[in-house]
Amino acid sequence: MSFSPCIQLSNATVGGSGLFQDSARIEQVTWSVHAGEFWVIGARPSVGKTDLLVTAAGLQKPIAGEHQLFGSRLEELSEEEREASRLRIGVVFENGGRLFNDLTVAENLALPVCYHRNCSAEEASTEVAAVLETTGLKRVAQFKPTEVSRSLHQRIALARALILKPEVLLIDNPLFNSDPFQTNWWLDFIPNLAVTHPNLTLVITTTDFRPWLEHGRQFAIIHRQQWLVLGDRHQVKQSDHPLVQTMLAGRWDSLETTDFI
Amino acid sequence: MVIDWLSSTKKLVAFALITLVVTLTKWNKSTSVLRPLVARQINRAGLSPLPMLTFLGVALGLVVSGQTVALLSKVGAVDYAGVIMVSVVVRELAPLVTVLLVLARVGTGIVIELSTSRALGEVEALEALGIDPIHYLVMPRVIGLALSVFSLTVYMVLMALVSGFLFTFIQDVPLTPSTYLAQMSASLRWEDFIILGVKTLTFGGVVALITCYQGLAHALRLEHVSQVTTNAIIGSVVACVVLDAFFIIAYLVL
Repeated sequence: MSFSPCIQLSNATVGGSGLFQDSARIEQVTWSVHAGEFWVIGARPSVGKTDLLVTAAGLQKPIAGEHQLFGSRLEELSEEEREASRLRIGVVFENGGRLFNDLTVAENLALPVCYHRNCSAEEASTEVAAVLETTGLKRVAQFKPTEVSRSLHQRIALARALILKPEVLLIDNPLFNSDPFQTNWWLDFIPNLAVTHPNLTLVITTTDFRPWLEHGRQFAIIHRQQWLVLGDRHQVKQSDHPLVQTMLAGRWDSLETTDFI
Repeated sequence: MVIDWLSSTKKLVAFALITLVVTLTKWNKSTSVLRPLVARQINRAGLSPLPMLTFLGVALGLVVSGQTVALLSKVGAVDYAGVIMVSVVVRELAPLVTVLLVLARVGTGIVIELSTSRALGEVEALEALGIDPIHYLVMPRVIGLALSVFSLTVYMVLMALVSGFLFTFIQDVPLTPSTYLAQMSASLRWEDFIILGVKTLTFGGVVALITCYQGLAHALRLEHVSQVTTNAIIGSVVACVVLDAFFIIAYLVL
């Protein structure tokens, strides 16, 4: 096993995505993610959680600072090496999972397999069926995402990421817009995944620490554009940081308006 | 405005070069996924428009023949009917009308679907899965549209030439099919076939590149989709007309 961190950001400034690529969202991020860790990152909505994950996955360069994936500086990697690194990191996007709406759920899962192995959908069908079974999505396999309940979309995106057997899984706010049934499913599935795959590295973002407190092993927050590593769950419980207190108490009204930034 | 236009053209050329490099370097990569995508684009751009194209081809032949034969009959120059059909239909109108039809029917669809995908973050999702968006989204469309515009132009030329002759036949113009064919074959040169091929492949490729570029190259939100669609249509029409002017020069030189 390599002792290099899977993901390492050093004094990095994370920029916004899309139209806001040049604007800094989180500054001075120094973060090392090692194999087998289970990180839970808490923040208010719209403060840059997605931007942090997109940057950590190597899909976007930090505005400043250094970024390493599996021990190699991102800018020193060739196109092929970068593509190979990407396959070791799975990203599950927030709010719908960014599924391909013109493909069925099964085709969404088959696409990355067929693309990387140059095989037909039939050849990938056994693998697709196994992941659909594991994630409980078999009954929606032949539907297009728009025909399936939106609360299932991020779960489908998780299945799509899992099919490539990533070493690191970055899951963006999985309980966002989730109904109680889906919330229970996520809170059963992810900790179970961490147990059954001890080398799998998990990073989850959330707006509420409470559901993840007993499952996560490393915790951090993003607050007022700053990155702050809290430590383990005991240190989280002992923290007197106002955002941590709020996230543990579930009392969002106790934050100042300026804390939303 | 001129600086904006030059800057956009420069970015478009860079996008075209990246697409060319990706096409050459990844030609044999993931063929089981890419070939069906190319086939889907050919079906969409090269087969589905056939009924509409037949109508336009017949209409084009009737219009050109109707206008010219009436004029040629007055001056006793019916012998030039085939020549004019070749000059006007084969060299100019058929490629231009075909590419404009493909632009209206398929190009708009491409820019809307790609810009919507871009706005919804699906392109980032492709990258996260290690799939090159240029390889997966752009290459099949460029190849599909280039081949489609070429094939449809050949079909339109045939429709227009046949309907052009039918018009002269209905109008009792003393022109036999063999004479009509002889006139056309005499005025056709080998360069016509080469230039027609190059021109139509270029038209199709350029329309695909501009629509893909407008849909994918910029970060955008859903409310920008209508604007980039307009930009893509205007850009494609201007590019085809400018390219057509270059091909006229090629005809003159050759």
